[in-house]
Amino acid sequence: MFRNNYDNDAVTFSPQGRIFQVEYAQEAVKQGSVVVGLVNKTHAVLVGLKRNAEELSSYQKKIIEIDSHMGVAIAGLASDARVLSNYMKQQSLGSRMTYGRPIPVDRIVTQIADRAQLNTQQYGKRPYGVGLLVAGVDEAGPHLFEFQPSGMIHEMVACAIGARSQMARTYLERNLEQISTSSRDELITHGLRALKETLSQDKELTVDNTSVGVVGQGATGKTESFKLYEGQQLVPLLEVLEQSDSAETREEETMEVDS
Amino acid sequence: MNHFPESWGRPRDDIYGTYNPAYLQSTGPKAHTQSPAVTGTSVIAVKFNGGVAIAADNLASYGSLARFTDVKRLRKFSDTAVVGFSGDVSDMQYMDRLLESIDIRENYSTHGNMLNAKNLHTYLSKVLYKRRSEFNPLWNHILVVGFDGDKKPFLSSADLLGTTYSAPHLATGFGAHLAVPILRRLFPEDRPTEDITKEDAVKALRECLKVLWYRDARSLDKYSLAIITEEGVEIKEDQRLENQSWAFAETIRGYGAQVV
Repeated sequence: MFRNNYDNDAVTFSPQGRIFQVEYAQEAVKQGSVVVGLVNKTHAVLVGLKRNAEELSSYQKKIIEIDSHMGVAIAGLASDARVLSNYMKQQSLGSRMTYGRPIPVDRIVTQIADRAQLNTQQYGKRPYGVGLLVAGVDEAGPHLFEFQPSGMIHEMVACAIGARSQMARTYLERNLEQISTSSRDELITHGLRALKETLSQDKELTVDNTSVGVVGQGATGKTESFKLYEGQQLVPLLEVLEQSDSAETREEETMEVDS
Repeated sequence: MNHFPESWGRPRDDIYGTYNPAYLQSTGPKAHTQSPAVTGTSVIAVKFNGGVAIAADNLASYGSLARFTDVKRLRKFSDTAVVGFSGDVSDMQYMDRLLESIDIRENYSTHGNMLNAKNLHTYLSKVLYKRRSEFNPLWNHILVVGFDGDKKPFLSSADLLGTTYSAPHLATGFGAHLAVPILRRLFPEDRPTEDITKEDAVKALRECLKVLWYRDARSLDKYSLAIITEEGVEIKEDQRLENQSWAFAETIRGYGAQVV
């Protein structure tokens, strides 16, 4: 019945030095639908693929605004993500109250990491079953962080987590140069294209199943508030994606003729 | 006037008759945290083109006794702000410890301490307000100088009630009565801060400190001066008032040994 004797709680190491409950939690992240995050020199973008439980239900929210300078994209258990995002909202509101400043991104990410780590070390607790991509800006510029149920955090230039996210990561790795020098709108298109890579044959990006979040520094150095694009607001973004895709296929065709 | 603390601020016996000591609380809750003990007097500050200058003397009085003459009441926070404290000195030291721990905490983050003077002022005013709401106030009036988020010179005040206000020049304690009118004449409202040079501001502060030394019995001729600009913070802690003229003292009537 059990895979082994060392996965009954989250605080026991296996003889190989593994904590199985934490690894299972990371599996929960892989079950969640894919989210992509990427940064250039001014902006951070989150892109997510939304799923609906059944044909008649609404789509699960993938991107949550934490504060005007920050948002998170979630992959995994949405209810665990709600707990974490509510905590993040409280913390960033607290910073605005006591210091009158938006909380630095690395600070709040460290705080949720500490919280998540506690769940892997205390008896009777379970790790969060959710991975997060945290995108935000502070005085040091735009940031993207990856958060895992183990309490591990990494600052990233581009990242994807969730089901079939490897395809998106491959795209991001191949286009890293372009991404880091791109404009705000190009960054969104790169995000959408990475997301598109993960789709199975019979699926495509629509205004219903796509979600885009953008935050960054405007031309004057002021924070450009977190903006969530959903529903009809996505139409122009998806159009740009389509145009750039068809331009690319044309290019490829001509290249084939040449050879 | 006698010098026993219990008669401070009470009606004079020779005019109003002996004070009924029954009014003096001899039992009941502890009250020594609700009045200052060792105190510092005025802090004054002026904004100028590209920065702020702030000054305070180096005296800590115990009642009317000039108890400590080398107390530094200007505290540097990181390289971004200076806080000037008047009022209770031990409460100042407590707040200084708070600032120290914030500085340490902030420096653990990857990008170092990013709190500016404005953030610091918001924080300190919240601390002061919390403590007054607990009926256990930190008995201080502080001035915070530095730069705000837009890199503009910042100068603001917070008192023991958590009240805050700001102006191009500010003073606490006796200075609010004696220095502010001088500063207002030197730097009228229609004169923009951009017109005031660093030298103007420092000269004005020295002038004000001299007047305070003449007229505030809890002041000292040794003082500290801090200048904060884009380049950083410059604190001079062992300054002395120069070129004093006590000629005006002879003409003063109304107290002392003379008979009108």
